[in-house]
Formats: sequence, C-alpha cells, structure tokens
Amino acid sequence: MTVAVKDLSQDRQKQMIASHYARLSRAGQEGRKVVYTFVPGNLTELLNNLGLLPVLPEINALQSGMRGKTGEYIQVAEKAGHSEDVCTYVKADIGMLKSGNLGPTGEPLPRPDLLLLSYTGCFTFLKWFELLKREYDCPVVMLHVPYQGDGQITPAMRKYVSDQLRDVVIPALETLAGRKVDYDLLSEQLALSARAEEDLVWVLESAKHRPSPIDAYFGGVYYIGPIFTSFRGTTDAVEYYQLLRQEIQQRMDQGLGPVTPEGTLSQEKFRIVVEGPPNWTSFREFWRMFYGEGAVVVASSYTKVGGLYDRGFRHDPTQPLDTLADYCMGCYTNLNLPDRINLLEKYIHDYSADGFLINSVKSCNSFSAGQLLILRELEKRTGRSGGFIESDLVDPRYFSAANIKNRLESYFQMVDAKRARA
Amino acid sequence: MSLETLESAPATGALAELVAHATRLYEDLELKGVRDWKAQDPSRRAIGFLPVYVPREVIHAANALPVGIMGGGDQIEIVRGDSYFQSYICHLPRSVIELAVSGRLAALDGLVFPSICDVIRNLSGMFKVLLPDRWVHYLDLPQNFDRESGGRFYRHEMATIAKGVSALTGVEVTNERLSASISLYNENRRALAQLQQMRVASPWQVPATEYYLLLRASYVLPPQEHTDLIRRYMQLSAASGRVEQDNIRVMVRGAFCEQPPLGLLRTLERAGCYLVDDDLVLGARFIPQPIAQDGDPWQALVDAFLYHTLPTASKYDVQASKEADLVQSVKEVRADGVLLMAPSFCDPALLDQPMLAHALEKAGIPFTSFKYAEDTGQFQVIREQAGTFADAIKLWGTT
Amino acid sequence: MDCFVGIDLGSTTTKAVIVDADGRIVGRGITNSRSNYDIAARVARFEAFTNARFDMLGQALRAEPGLGQSSAAFLGALTSGYRHECFLGQLQRLEDHCRRDVDGARYQDDRRAVGHALEVILQSVRQDAAKIYSGGAAARSDFFRDMAGASYTEHAAQLARAGGPAFDRLIGLFDRNIIPVENEQETRTFSQLLMAALDRVVQSSALQRDAVAGVLLRVAEAEMREVSAVGTGYGRVRLPFPKENIRSEILCHGLGAHLMFPGTRTVLDIGGQDTKAIQIDQAGVVTSFQMNDRCAAGCGRYLGYIADEMNIGLHELGPLALGARRRIKINSTCTVFAGAEFRDRLAAGQAREDIVAGLHRAIILRAMSLLARSGGIRNEFTFTGGVGRNMAAVKALGEVAQENYGQLQMNIAPDSIYTGAIGAATFALRGATNSVASN
Repeated sequence: MTVAVKDLSQDRQKQMIASHYARLSRAGQEGRKVVYTFVPGNLTELLNNLGLLPVLPEINALQSGMRGKTGEYIQVAEKAGHSEDVCTYVKADIGMLKSGNLGPTGEPLPRPDLLLLSYTGCFTFLKWFELLKREYDCPVVMLHVPYQGDGQITPAMRKYVSDQLRDVVIPALETLAGRKVDYDLLSEQLALSARAEEDLVWVLESAKHRPSPIDAYFGGVYYIGPIFTSFRGTTDAVEYYQLLRQEIQQRMDQGLGPVTPEGTLSQEKFRIVVEGPPNWTSFREFWRMFYGEGAVVVASSYTKVGGLYDRGFRHDPTQPLDTLADYCMGCYTNLNLPDRINLLEKYIHDYSADGFLINSVKSCNSFSAGQLLILRELEKRTGRSGGFIESDLVDPRYFSAANIKNRLESYFQMVDAKRARA
Repeated sequence: MSLETLESAPATGALAELVAHATRLYEDLELKGVRDWKAQDPSRRAIGFLPVYVPREVIHAANALPVGIMGGGDQIEIVRGDSYFQSYICHLPRSVIELAVSGRLAALDGLVFPSICDVIRNLSGMFKVLLPDRWVHYLDLPQNFDRESGGRFYRHEMATIAKGVSALTGVEVTNERLSASISLYNENRRALAQLQQMRVASPWQVPATEYYLLLRASYVLPPQEHTDLIRRYMQLSAASGRVEQDNIRVMVRGAFCEQPPLGLLRTLERAGCYLVDDDLVLGARFIPQPIAQDGDPWQALVDAFLYHTLPTASKYDVQASKEADLVQSVKEVRADGVLLMAPSFCDPALLDQPMLAHALEKAGIPFTSFKYAEDTGQFQVIREQAGTFADAIKLWGTT
Repeated sequence: MDCFVGIDLGSTTTKAVIVDADGRIVGRGITNSRSNYDIAARVARFEAFTNARFDMLGQALRAEPGLGQSSAAFLGALTSGYRHECFLGQLQRLEDHCRRDVDGARYQDDRRAVGHALEVILQSVRQDAAKIYSGGAAARSDFFRDMAGASYTEHAAQLARAGGPAFDRLIGLFDRNIIPVENEQETRTFSQLLMAALDRVVQSSALQRDAVAGVLLRVAEAEMREVSAVGTGYGRVRLPFPKENIRSEILCHGLGAHLMFPGTRTVLDIGGQDTKAIQIDQAGVVTSFQMNDRCAAGCGRYLGYIADEMNIGLHELGPLALGARRRIKINSTCTVFAGAEFRDRLAAGQAREDIVAGLHRAIILRAMSLLARSGGIRNEFTFTGGVGRNMAAVKALGEVAQENYGQLQMNIAPDSIYTGAIGAATFALRGATNSVASN
C-alpha cells in the first residue's frame, strides 16, 4: 500500500520533469524562447506567464553530478583555464557546454535567448552569467536582489527590486516573448504558488512528528523539486503537493518513518538538523551514512534556498511585484549570518533535534564562509552537539567517503554517549 | 618579515625617512596612529572598511576617519582566525578575525563591509555576532547601474551609512560637510593621478613597494595629510637621481582585495618587472577622476559610482567592457605584459581570470598568472616565473 | 583471567591493549599497520597477550623464593630470549621465501652468486640480532621489517661493494619477500617459544632449568579468556567485529585520555596522518571534537617530510629545534611546499635549527586552530600521539597554549600511543559488564 502511494507523487514529479524537458527539446521547432536563470530568486511565474521556458544551470550541474558526469566536465573547464579553487557548479556547467550541452534526457539543451541573472544570495551567479554571456552572445537581464545585511527587508530594498522588475526585467522579458504580461493571470499564478507553498510547509513540518515520516534533507531535496524549479504557480505543482501531503499524512497515521533507497527506516535513532547543501556525486552513499546509523534529518537549510516559506511568507496575488521582490530577498542564502543562526536554532528546538550537522561544501562560499561560527554559536545556544564535515557539490575529488563516514560515525556515537549520560 | 633584505632602488635621506614613515603606518596593525588621531579630539570616531570600495567622503563628512582594513599581511600569527574558516577559503578573513579577536581593531567605532564577494559578505554577519556592541554595516553596492533604480538604492545605502556614523559622532552629514569632504578627496585623487602618471613615465622613480606603501597610507591617514605625503614623495623621488634599469613594464590585475606581502612586490621588481599599473588597494582610486563639485553632492557620489568607477571583478560587467578596458589600459600605460595574480580561493578574481586571459590572448598581449596569499612566505617559484616572463619579453618581445 | 581487548587500527601502527576485570591494564602490543589491517590486528593482539603473559610471569617470579632479587634480571633476559626466538623464526621464514625466489626464473643468470650472498647476509643478520638481544647493541625499531631490513641492507651493500651481486638485486630479494613474512603468523605456541627462550637463558647462566620451567609453564598455560573486544581507529571497519563492538577513535581517545589523566578536559592528538582536538567531560564522555580537514598540513607527516628533506631521522628533529636561538615565523604548513620552504630559507641564510623550530611552531599553530574550533583548551590539557614524543613540539605547544589560554596543567604520557586502545579495551569491559547486568 505505502509503496503504491509513494510512487504516485514520485511518478507525478517524474512526468512533470519529463514534460518540461520535452518542451525544451521542442522549443526550437515551436519557436518558444528559452531563458536561463537561477533557482534562488527565480521568477518562474513571470516566465510562464509570457510562455518563456526556463533552464536552470544549477539543476543541470547537480543532475550531471548525480549521473557521474561532473568529474569529466570540471576537468574540461579547468583545462580551459578555470581555477581549481572556484565553484564547481560553474565549472560543471561550462564543461557540459563545451561537451555538447547534453541535458539529463541525453538531448542537447536549447541555447538561451536570454540570460535572466537574478543575483540572489550568491556572488558567483554574477560571474557565472558573465561567462555564459561570452559563450552565447545573447542579452542578459540583471536583477540585483539586495542582501539582508541587517537581517530585514527594508522598504528601500523592496522598492529597488520591484523597480527593477517593472523597469528592466519585465520589459526585457516582454520584448523577448513578443507580448505583454497578463497581470490577471499573474495574480492567479501567484495564488497557485501560495497554495503549493502551504502544502510544502505542511510536508516539511511533518518532521516535527515522532518518528518523522520524512527525511527533510535527502528526501527533502526531492520534495522541493517542483516548487524550486519551473513549476511554481502551476496547477501541476498544486496537485503534486496535495498528493505528497496525502502520502505523508498516511505515513504519519501509520507511524512510519521516512522512505530510504533501502525501504522504510525502521527505527529513528537520531533526529538531526542539517545546514549546507548535499553532495550530489555520492548522494546515495552519503544518504546511507545517515540512515545506516538510524539518523533522520528533521530540518535543513538547503531546502530553503529556492524560497523560505516556513516563517509565513506566501506569494501574495494582490501585490505581484512586491511579493516577487520579497520572495527573492527571503531566500535562505540571502539571510545574514546572525539570522541563519537564529533559524537553525529554532529548527533545533522546534523539531526536537538531538544535534545538528554542517556539511561544508568547498564550492559554495555563500553557505560555507562563517559556518564554523554557526557551529560554535549553535552549540553554545542549544547545548546540542554539532558535527562538521567537508565535501563538495559536484566535484568527486572532494568527496572522501572514508573520511566523512569516520566523522559521521564519531559524531553519532558522541551524541549517543552524551544522551546516555543525560 | 620577509627574506628579502636588499632594496633594488634604495631610498636615501628625506626620501628614506618618508618611506620609513609609510612603512611604520603599514606595520601599525594595532592602529596606534588612528588612536592618536582620535585622542586629539574626543568627538572623533574611526570607521573601518573592507575592500574594495566605500564612499569615504560620507564617513569623513560625519567627522569620522575611514580606515581601510586589509588584513594582517605576513605580520601576524594566525591562531584564532583559522578556527573560523575552512582551508578552501581565502586568507584575508582569517587575519581580519584575528585582528578583531585580539583587540587590534579596538580603535574602530564601527565597520563597513562593502559587497564584493560572499566571504566578505558573510564576514559582516560574523562581526555582528562576534562584536555585538560595535556598529557593523553591510554596504550593498548596486549592481544595477541605472540612475533610477540602482542610483536611488545606492543613495539610500549611503544615507544609512551617514546615519550610522552620525549616531557615533553626533555630527550630521549636511550637504556642506559632504561637499567639503568631496573636495578634500578630489584633491587626493588628483595627487594619486599625478603619482600614477609619474610611475607610467618613469617607473624607476616609483618602485612598486613604495607606491604600494603610499596607497596603504591613504587607508589610515586623513585625506589632506595623505595628499601632502604623496606630493612630498613625488618631489623627493624625482630629485633622488634614481636610474632606469633594464626591466619590462607590467600591469597587475586580480589583487584588488587580499593584498600580497611586500616581499612579493619586491620579488617582482627584482625579477625584472616594473609595475606601471595595478589594482592593489583599489578602493583608494576606484573613482580615478575628481567627483563633480557642483550641485547635489549625494547625487555626485551616486553618479561617480554608477558611471566613473573602474571595472573590477566584484562589479557586474556583462558588456565586455572589462576586456576592452584591460586592453586599452595596457596601451595607455605602455605595459609589455600583464601579471594576472590572484589570491588563492578568491572567487571574483579567479572567475574573472579566464575572461581576462582570453582578451589578452586575442590582443596578443603577453601575460602570466599565479596565485598568492597575504602571508605567502616563499617567493622562489614566483621569482622564477616573473623572471622568465621578463626575460622572454626582453628577448623576443613576447612569451 | 578474564580479558577485555581494545584494538586501535591506526594508519601507521596498530595497537592492542588488554585490561582485566578490574580495568587494570595487563598487556600492550603494537605493530606496523602494513597494507593488511586483519594481520596487523592479529599481530598486535598476539603481542598484547604476550606482554600480558610476561606481566604475569613477572609476578610469579617475584613470588618465587629461589629467585628473589634476581627475578627482574631473569625476566629481562627471558624477554630478550623470547624476542630473539621470534626474530629467528621470522628470519627463517624470510630465508625460506628468499630461497624459493632465488630458485625462480628471476635469478636464472646469477642464481649461484645470489644464493651464496643470501647465505652470507643472513648469517650476518643473525649475528647482529644476537648482539642486539644480548644487550650488546641498540635496535632502532622493534619491528622485524625495520630490524632485519637495516641489517640486511648494510651487509648487502658491503657485499656488493666487495664485488658480490649488485645491490639492487639483493635488496629487491628482501623487498619482495618481506611482505609475505609479515603476513604470516608465528607457528609455535607461547609455551614453546618461552621454553626455547629459557634454554637460551639457561645456557648463559647458572640457573637450574627445571627449577623455573615449572613456574613458567604454569603461567604460560594459565587460561586467558578473551571476554570481549572493541575495535577502533581508522581501519576499524575492517575488523571482523559486530557493529556494537566498533567505536569511533574519537570516543576511545577521549576515554583513554580520561583514564590516564582523570582531570583531562581537552585532548589534542597529533598523529601521522591526522590531528584531533577533543573535549571531554568529567566522566570521559566526548562533548565535542574536530579533526583536520582534507589536507595533511600540520600533521606528524609534515615533520617527516622535513626530516627527509634534511636527510636526518625523525627523532633527531626535536633536539635540533630545541637548539634554536631565534624565532622564525613560518606560514606555510603545506606538506607539498615543506621542502621548498626549507631550502628557500636556508638559501636566505637562516639557521637550520631556527627554521626547524619555526616549522614545529607552525604545526602547533595549526593544531591550535583545530582546538579553538572544538571549543578551546580547558584545564587539564592532555597531549597524545606520536608527535607527543617530540620535545620541541611539546615545548612549542606549551608556549602557544599558555599565550592563548593562560597557565595550564599539560599532561603527556610516555605511552600515549596506546590512548585509543586503552579507551577501546575499557569500552569492551563496560560493554561486557553492562550486558551481564542487563541479563
């Protein structure tokens, strides 16, 4: 029974993604315009409103990573003069581009007609599209999303973003699409976004239950898929999250733990909060190091990079530009460090976590710079044990399985020993 | 400090004294000079800022001294700083944290972290946690260079800084005060431009280390004092009778944030390279031309930022102007080649490098690239590389 | 006697410790980890049991009225004799392997010459060993590979110089055949080896063989029951133990340090390949830990590179550094650049001892940042691992710790290499006691 139910939402997501790639592969024939853009601060509703098709280079890079292609792609980029010190998403993307730009379906991805640089929470995005601009020679539209340096969104910040949307981004997208934004439709889309967001938050918060019916990190990255990519504001997304919510409700009713690649986790031994993105090249192996020890991730910051909804933000159909501005500025990597600490602290308490773990990835300074202070502060404030491991997003050279396993085991045993004493 | 003991063009007499003074300022990691300056008037405040650029005029107009924080170079032992950063993060934030937790930044009443990269951005939050009583502000420089959106936002950002500093000094930034500060800094811009011209014309009169020490002095001295220092230096050095050597003329790009140690600059010169242009201490000359002094001073600062700042890796530039500018600059300063030297793990510089390298290749301009850290202790490899580069250009005019 | 065994499979050496039902340490064993963890664990365990038997023998002999004062000297001679027997056994196996090799195709052209040389060399190795075990010469290492290797190399070189087969041919023979020897077990039992050792001791003394043989055999045959074992260390997953009998080295290290110095709150361990900073509570439970990141900078291996670069032994590095007169600041602890850094500084006229002292301080600074990450240094502070035997490193650590954390009690145990194994053995004891209690 549970297996069949699980398959429904998974199948649904697979269909959605497949149809998106099918649309992309037909884009040339059908004359549809393609826009490359990033996950954090994405403007999916606007693109869909104008019939434009998004391609997300980070998603390409992580999917290449899961398919074991990035080791080769990164080397192609490094041979072309890219430093080994810098972000491997960028290098995987450049390497993929130079190797035929084959997407996950094995077909070449369409070239961009426009690069929509939503500069949100990551400095490297800016360089990334500077580099792509030189490869594709197409127009670039910049949306500068200011950082929450003082831990808040001020009216001036909101105005800066919505002005850019109105004066720069929308005109450029309209020119590309050859039509105007339909604002009635946009309101409907934003209402759909909010509905899906409501269900997503319910799903993520189900991890407060004991045992948690979900893994909010390894499972979580699948759950955020539709809403973080090209489906926010669609009925597809609304239906997907309804379906998912029903399945999780059922697991909870039955007292089941999360699904793992080796079946349902039978005993929840550790409840952990995780900060930082996962490693994609050894995703399964990394996951096994958790469920193998009976560890369940009950909350994670990574599942908030494409939108932070569990503090109450929902897209507001009545204020389309301001709400898009607030969405962009609210993404996790756009929070300042003290606020990230506050959020993680709240997760540790709200989700009754036994401890927290930081996966520090070499590629991503936006996440990583300051994580050792986060570790120290969280330990001080919560009294729970923090663990620290290092890997990378898609560079297989930076995933030392033996090393990480050693640390994780030590960490879980420490949590266990501390708990036994308490 | 470094292994090098010989100066390639040793300064003597008054010039040597001036250089020694600049060296003391550079080595003054305790910011004793800033303390002394504050002690002269109890209402004075000092505001630290990180690379690359902050509008120093605004801080100055609020009766505070803007003080550039460029790390600890190779002068301090990092104990605690390292404990906050993984091995794959550049060196600068380690020494900045070390300076902070060891109390060496106590003279600073506030700190401004301009947007340049994610490491410095996050460092601003770390300071908020580590020094909760200090005024710490992240300055989000606009990456949209439109007057109506980016310009308005930047004006608001500057107003936030003015408000923050004024709260510390009790001095409001009026238009008059701001105009006066712009005027002072414009004078400094003129002096720096003249120094740069002198260096282009006769680089043997402006050795790289001395030029660098003078730039660094601008980060701890009040603007007038610094302007005077430069003018005096130019006079003294012009009269020093230094003679030209058989060196090539190089331009340096990529060193706008974490700074190389003095020994590295000395090594480059000793390897046969005159530095005729570079992006070291870039914030001191990010707006090379004087800022307009008629009309609204705030708008003048905004426009100067939007339209007259130099291209650099931390600034969004998608219209290929950074490549055009690079090639153009090489011609203007008559450089024989370019050194793309970037700090290890510096995202902006290293991500920029392939674009710059490509432009240089296309233009047939010789270049070589290497990485450094602020505390690099051995220069042998760099000496070899720069020496070979210089020899190849001298022999064949190319590499 | 009930025994509880802890095995620490490190990247360089494998350690075993045995505790009795009261938690008292009764035996220790160590061997090089080789490429084969299973064998390393077996050898270390065997060594620990041997060590425990000798411990018991010592007690039995002291109680023996006929021996009295001379029991310690006798036990010493007996131990040497025992080691000598083990050595000869291994040497015999080495010879067997070498002979088979010489008979093979590889030595088709120079079989007779090499065969003869082998006989001469091994005879000399036997003589060297006899000197060492009779106390007439010092051994650089206790491991067969190192002892036999040093002696073999020396005599092979002599022979080659004197017109014998080429040095490469002879040394290749050793290198190929030492590997299987290390992977084989001693075939004789403890009792057999002990009686052979006794025969050696009796030959050289006036002792009546039969008077002590009975005592010795009684101890040698006494039952030592291994109740449970816990494995730890980097190679612990390779141990054929159930999951609950595997503990992370962090936990074992914390507990081991606590057992050696009950006041310990912070532990720093600098080993060959990694550095660990551990915080523990008053019961020895780990409360936080940090390990070095991917690169080996700041580990013991770094000092190894420097010693190699200077062409001196690792143990000579510390004393050299203690002779420093100036403090030199060295920033790079990168193992890749260690050699270049050293040469660069020598070329710049800096003194060897000053540079080496600077390098010691540099690795200690790396360790300090790890300590700071884990929560700083709290009193008492215990320093373990191979680098703890280097007095210059200990001195630098003491200085830097005091500069940053004030006056501290710093503990350094002479046998801190067993810290992890002691923790593991104690976990074995506690685990067994708990399961009895819960049954």
